[in-house]
Amino acid sequence: MKNLIERLHIKYSLTDIVNQRDNFVYLTIRKENAIDLVTYLKDYEGFSHFVLLSCVDWIEDGKFQLSYFLNQPNKKFDIAIRTMIDRENAEMQSSHHLWKHIETYQRELREMYGINFPKNPRIEENFILEGWDEIPPMRREFDTKRYSEKTFFPREGRKTYDPATYMKDKLYPNAPITAKVNKKDE
Amino acid sequence: MSNLFNWNPDRSKYPLMKEDGSLDVDLSSQKFTKLWVGPNHPGVTGNMAVEITVSGDEIVHAKTHVGYLHRGFEKLIERRLFIQGFPTCIRMCVAEPDYNEYLLSKSIEDLSGIEIPEMAEWLRTLVLEMARLQSLLRTVPGQGGTFSLGLGVQWGMYLRDLILDRFEELTGGRIYHMYILPGGVRGLLPDGFKERLEENLQLIDEFIIKIKKLMFDNAVFKKRAIGVGVIKKEWVDQFGIVGPNARSVGISRDIRKDYSYLKYQELDFEPPTATDGDIFARSTVRYRELIQTVDLIRQIMAKMPEKGDIKSPTPNVLHWKIPKGETYTRSESSRGEYGMYYVTDGSDKPRRINLRGPSYNHAMTLLEHMLVNANISDVHAIMVSLQTCPPEIER
Repeated sequence: MKNLIERLHIKYSLTDIVNQRDNFVYLTIRKENAIDLVTYLKDYEGFSHFVLLSCVDWIEDGKFQLSYFLNQPNKKFDIAIRTMIDRENAEMQSSHHLWKHIETYQRELREMYGINFPKNPRIEENFILEGWDEIPPMRREFDTKRYSEKTFFPREGRKTYDPATYMKDKLYPNAPITAKVNKKDE
Repeated sequence: MSNLFNWNPDRSKYPLMKEDGSLDVDLSSQKFTKLWVGPNHPGVTGNMAVEITVSGDEIVHAKTHVGYLHRGFEKLIERRLFIQGFPTCIRMCVAEPDYNEYLLSKSIEDLSGIEIPEMAEWLRTLVLEMARLQSLLRTVPGQGGTFSLGLGVQWGMYLRDLILDRFEELTGGRIYHMYILPGGVRGLLPDGFKERLEENLQLIDEFIIKIKKLMFDNAVFKKRAIGVGVIKKEWVDQFGIVGPNARSVGISRDIRKDYSYLKYQELDFEPPTATDGDIFARSTVRYRELIQTVDLIRQIMAKMPEKGDIKSPTPNVLHWKIPKGETYTRSESSRGEYGMYYVTDGSDKPRRINLRGPSYNHAMTLLEHMLVNANISDVHAIMVSLQTCPPEIER
C-alpha cells in the first residue's frame, strides 16, 4: 500500500498524508481533485466499498472539512480522503453517480450544514427536517439552547429554583437564618 | 430452491414509463394509490415511514421518510465533556447500545493513547456478544412475526429478558448499560454470573431447536420468504450493504474477522453465509449467527481469566483535554458494520462525532430500491429482514 500512496501523491499532489493505523491512512487533497481521486480509487484500485461521507465544521478557519471514507475489502485497507471547502456558499461536486447511497449522505449534509451538491437529483428533498427556516442546525454557530428557549416557551407549572436555597428550605426548614457564632471565634 | 417458490409475476411493463425513463404515475388516473406505511404501524421497524405508490397490490415507487425520532444527539455531544457524551451516545441505537459505548470509548482511547487491560478486553467482548445475542433473540423470531408466526416472538422475548437480567446483574441497567468506559469497564463479573448465564444459554439451546421447526421447516414461512426481497450480489458495493445482509448473498465480510478487535482473534468462528439473498437466506444467516453467538459466549467464558485489572488510569474526566486529531473506529454489530468518526480539536469537548449505522444505507437507498415491484403484503417482511433501525439514521 505504500506504493499506492506514493503513486497517488505524485498523481494528485496530495497536501497531507497521515497514517492512523497500518491499514488506515488519511489523505488531504484540494477540492478540485477530490472526486477524481475517489473515482480513481474505486475504478482502478479496488476500493469498492464506500463507508461514510462526513463533514467537520472548522468555523474559526471559515472552512468545512469533507471526509470520504473508502474501504478496500480484499486487502482490508481504508483510505479517508479529506478536503476543505469554504463555509460561505458551500458547494462540492456531487459523487452520487459512484455509489447509490452517497445520494443520502449528500442530502443530509445539505440539510445539516447547508452544503450544496449540484446535479444530485434528490438534493432538494427533505431528509429529516421539514419546514426548517433557521440556519442549518449542525453548523457551529447554531445555538441549540437559544433555539429551544425561543421556540419552546416554558410550560405552565414549571418553576426553577436555586438548588442551594431549595435544598436548605426542604431539608432544614426550621434552621436559624444566621448560624450561631462561638464566642471564641468573635 | 428459490425458483420453486418464485411466484412473483413479471410486472416489468407496469407502470408505463415516460421517454426519459421516469415513472408516469398519474394519481388521478385511478390506476395508482398512494399509501403510508408507518410511522404508526405495528409492522414497521421503529419510528420511520415508507411512502409507497401502488398499482393494484404491486409497489411501483417507494420513499423512506425519517425524522420522527431526531434528537440531535451528534450536535448535543459536541457541547458536552467527553465523559458526558456517554448517556447521550448510547441512546443512538436502542437495540444494541453497547456498541455505541464501545466505539465511543475506543475512539477516546485511540486519540488519547490509552491501552486497556486484558481482562477489560475479555469483558468487553463478552458484553458485546451478549448484546448481539439479545438482539438476535428479537430479530430471528421477529422475521416469523411479520408472517403472523407470533409464537416464536414470545419465546424470543422471554429469553431476551433473561439476558437482560444478566445485564442488570452485571451493569445495573437492562437496556442502557454504560458498562464500557474509556480505559476499561466498570466492574468484574458478580459471583455465580457464569453459572446463571450458562443456565440461560441452555434454555436458548432448546429455543434454537424449536424455532427451526417453527420457522425454517414451516411451509408457510418458506412460501412467504423464499424468492422474496432478493438482494443481488452486485448491489452489495453499490448500496453499501454490510453484515448479514451482505453475507446472505455469499460475501463473507465480518469486521470481527477482517479487522479483528478486542479478543476475537482468540475465538474460533467463521461468519455464516448463504447464497440466495432472499428473506429466507437472511433469516438463515441470522439463525446460524444466533447459534454461533451462544457458542462464542461459551468460548469467552471458558477462556477469560477470573480476575485482573479492569481499568487503565485515565485523566480526571472533568478536566480531560484530548489533542487535536481524528479517528474512525468500527465494530460488527448484529446488523453489520457499526462505525464512529470522532474528531477532536484540543479542547475538552469533541469537535465532531458521526455514527455510521448500517441501517443508514439499508433502510434508505436499499429499501427504496427493493420495494419497487414487491407485493404490498411483503413490505414489512422485507423491512424486518434488512433489520433496519431508524435511530441510527437520524442521530
